[in-house]
Amino acid sequence: MADLSINFAGIRSPNPFWLASAPPTNSGAQIHKAFEAGWGGAVWKTIGAPVLNVSNRYGAWHYGGQRMLAINNVELISDRPIEINLREIAEVKRAWPDRAVVVSAMVESKPQAWADIVRRIEDTGADGIELNYGCPHGMSERGMGSAVGQDPQYCEEITGWVMSAAKLPVIVKLTPNITNIVVPAKAAVAAGANALSLINTLNSIVGVDLETLEITPSIGGKGGHGGYAGPAVKPIALNMLSALGVDETVAGSKKPISGMGGISTWKDAAEFLLLGASSLQVCTAVMHYGYRIIEDLCDGLSNWMDAKGFTNIREVTGKSLPRISDFKHFDLAFRAVARIDAASCIKCNLCYVACNDTAHQCIDLVAANGELVQPGAYDVRSNGRQEAVGTRAQPRVREQDCVGCRLCYNVCPVEACIRMVELPPVRPASTWDEISRGRPEVTEDWQAMERYRDELGIRIH
Amino acid sequence: MHLVPGLEEQLPALTPQEAIVESNRCLFCFDAPCTHACPTHIDIPRFIKKIATDNLLGSAKTILEANLLGATCARVCPVQELCEGACVLGSEHRPIPIGRLQRHSMDDAYARGVPRIFKTAARTGKKIAVIGAGPAGLSCAGELAKRGHAVTVFERRDLGGGLSTYGIISLREPVDIALAEVEMIRALGVEFRAGVEFGRELSLTELQVDFDAVFVSAGLGATPLLGIPGEESIVDGLAYIEQSKLDLRNLQVGREVVVIGAGNTAIDCATIAKRQGAERVTIVYRRSEAEMSAYGHEYDFAKKEGVEFRFLTQPVEVMTDAKRVTGLVCVSTELGEPDGSGRRSPREVPDSRFVLAADQVVKAIGQEKLSIAAALGIVTERGFIQVNDNFETSVQGIYAGGDCIRTRGASSTVMAVQDGKLAAAAMHSRLTWPI
Repeated sequence: MADLSINFAGIRSPNPFWLASAPPTNSGAQIHKAFEAGWGGAVWKTIGAPVLNVSNRYGAWHYGGQRMLAINNVELISDRPIEINLREIAEVKRAWPDRAVVVSAMVESKPQAWADIVRRIEDTGADGIELNYGCPHGMSERGMGSAVGQDPQYCEEITGWVMSAAKLPVIVKLTPNITNIVVPAKAAVAAGANALSLINTLNSIVGVDLETLEITPSIGGKGGHGGYAGPAVKPIALNMLSALGVDETVAGSKKPISGMGGISTWKDAAEFLLLGASSLQVCTAVMHYGYRIIEDLCDGLSNWMDAKGFTNIREVTGKSLPRISDFKHFDLAFRAVARIDAASCIKCNLCYVACNDTAHQCIDLVAANGELVQPGAYDVRSNGRQEAVGTRAQPRVREQDCVGCRLCYNVCPVEACIRMVELPPVRPASTWDEISRGRPEVTEDWQAMERYRDELGIRIH
Repeated sequence: MHLVPGLEEQLPALTPQEAIVESNRCLFCFDAPCTHACPTHIDIPRFIKKIATDNLLGSAKTILEANLLGATCARVCPVQELCEGACVLGSEHRPIPIGRLQRHSMDDAYARGVPRIFKTAARTGKKIAVIGAGPAGLSCAGELAKRGHAVTVFERRDLGGGLSTYGIISLREPVDIALAEVEMIRALGVEFRAGVEFGRELSLTELQVDFDAVFVSAGLGATPLLGIPGEESIVDGLAYIEQSKLDLRNLQVGREVVVIGAGNTAIDCATIAKRQGAERVTIVYRRSEAEMSAYGHEYDFAKKEGVEFRFLTQPVEVMTDAKRVTGLVCVSTELGEPDGSGRRSPREVPDSRFVLAADQVVKAIGQEKLSIAAALGIVTERGFIQVNDNFETSVQGIYAGGDCIRTRGASSTVMAVQDGKLAAAAMHSRLTWPI
């Protein structure tokens, strides 16, 4: 059994799964329940400045019958009296000494306000403080949340105030609503933050009601951008996480990163770990299914680690980061083609239409006698199950024309029916970077490019 | 909606939630096999995805563009043999319930009133007569009306719809559905003249004078004679079904009912008897299970209903007492060489007479061919009207479709609809080209 426990900037927990600062961590009673279910830690819903909330605060994006592929919210930080929050934090920590209790905070951008909140949090016995520089709605209109995260100077300055006041580990939570996530991360590192976490929610408008023409959800007839989170944002989060992992300054600082953004299953979790996270935070999946999902998060991750020979989380963290590269370093001689397994193919022809309409027109329909057929070529009098199934042509990749774009692989609804098969290269490895340095004219002039292609026998069709 | 006690529509409508779940499950195959398998080639993935996108009006239109009798077909089609049988999800999982999704769209369309989805083209000035208001006739009439022709449908019976109205058990299709479709065809501008029998009140010559073209979709005739003593006491299966739909209160159902024949109509008759209180219902068939023409799923259904089957059993005499049926004398049979239908023919086993207890005997052994075709000088093939690829008969300008041309193979409502549609297209090109 793999050891799932972590020590994240001095914050210990029995597994890497923390509830993110959000509605699931709104009260002591909830967090007691979560810890009973097995959560390794919780980041208390942000405390700080006084707020009032509105109804219809959660929107969601549904697709193809799947509910809540993403949630969108305009909920603010905790609207419960701060004294009650602080008392409950202390109670929870006393009851659960082995779990990570981190408190998220956001106050007005004044040194004294931050110093006060840090002191009050530290008095609870909590394990760490997370600075909420990410909330993209409401608080940002008041100069807090993402208004801080989006301004590196501001970020560094405020983090500095906190660091001078704090004895507990401090995590800076970054907003993804920024062009380059590395910039505020560097600012946080420069200010001495102990750790980083990302991503907070993305600015979003989740929809328009086609009946009333109001924004969804409608808050008394009005709507506006809210924070977007859940399975749909995972790829964005993975990219930003890896951007920190490959940045020399941020990675060189050795600050641990708590990853979040759409983690719903143990597989998502493993991917975040592989791209550099050493603690994981979860919100939307819990809001969808409840605290009980922690069981498979731990069980699945543990089984996968055992199968892969990982004995602890440290061994997994960042393991795939060396694979992150840039286009200019990709081997242009790398070749793969799609191959359809006729035995498992159900002949839905989704690969055929995708390839022929939108990719490289290299999938054919082949009749049983080997002849190529066009779609819909049957006689209008032909009908019935036997004829329709019996005469149905088989999609087949014309490998010599396949550029290996992988679209068919992606649309195929049958697991393992289409494989991307790596072919031996027919020319020496080369990268755009090498061409730019060795044959710069090829990168600037189409005729030079054509000569280059001719030399290497590169055929574009 | 008529509620027929004991014979309410068997499959419940999908709930909106079920329809959404199932329509999302459809893979949206390209050049889909379900569409190929459908005799009218409805663009099935398209109408299903329109359910998923909450475009039910567009979904109904997609169906009706290919098949004007989409509501009937959604209910009566042997989907296991057609669209659903070809669904790519069937092999390893569970096919999409295409018939029921189609019904979902159709029910929605009809719930808004008679669908008026199609604009009819400008009047062509051409007049077309359609003989018989069954599925083929309605389909042909509707398609021609859409193209701007003036269509008159002559129907022998009081109500339109043909077998959909009179011959499909309510369990599968309530009468109202068939009648609503007639109304939709009427709304396209088609004129209906009921109670007019072709060959009696109406001659081909009259039609040829008054109309530019004729489409014969008169279906088939009565149930043939078995030619056995006591036959006059046997109830006709089609009349049995008809009464169960239109006059259930006066339907006489025996305690021990024997149904002769093993096609889908026989199964319908047996089901009616069972559901209307018969204690024991037995289907007797002179060949074996392998030769029966009922669909496999119908056979399974009947067995679940508690209908018993006596294969290799040939009725030879109805026993009566003062015209009351008291039993059915049968002989056992064995199978010999294939006959003209390609099925092995039964022959009597000597000294095998026995009596099946029965107080009602129903026969459902197919229908006779139309006698009028030959009388009108139209060339027939084994009693069926012969047509060319354009559904034109040996007489120029006279077209035909539906059961009356189905010389071989299974006949079904949806095939009749396709005949009507293709014939309409052929008639239209003939009548409008060259302009």
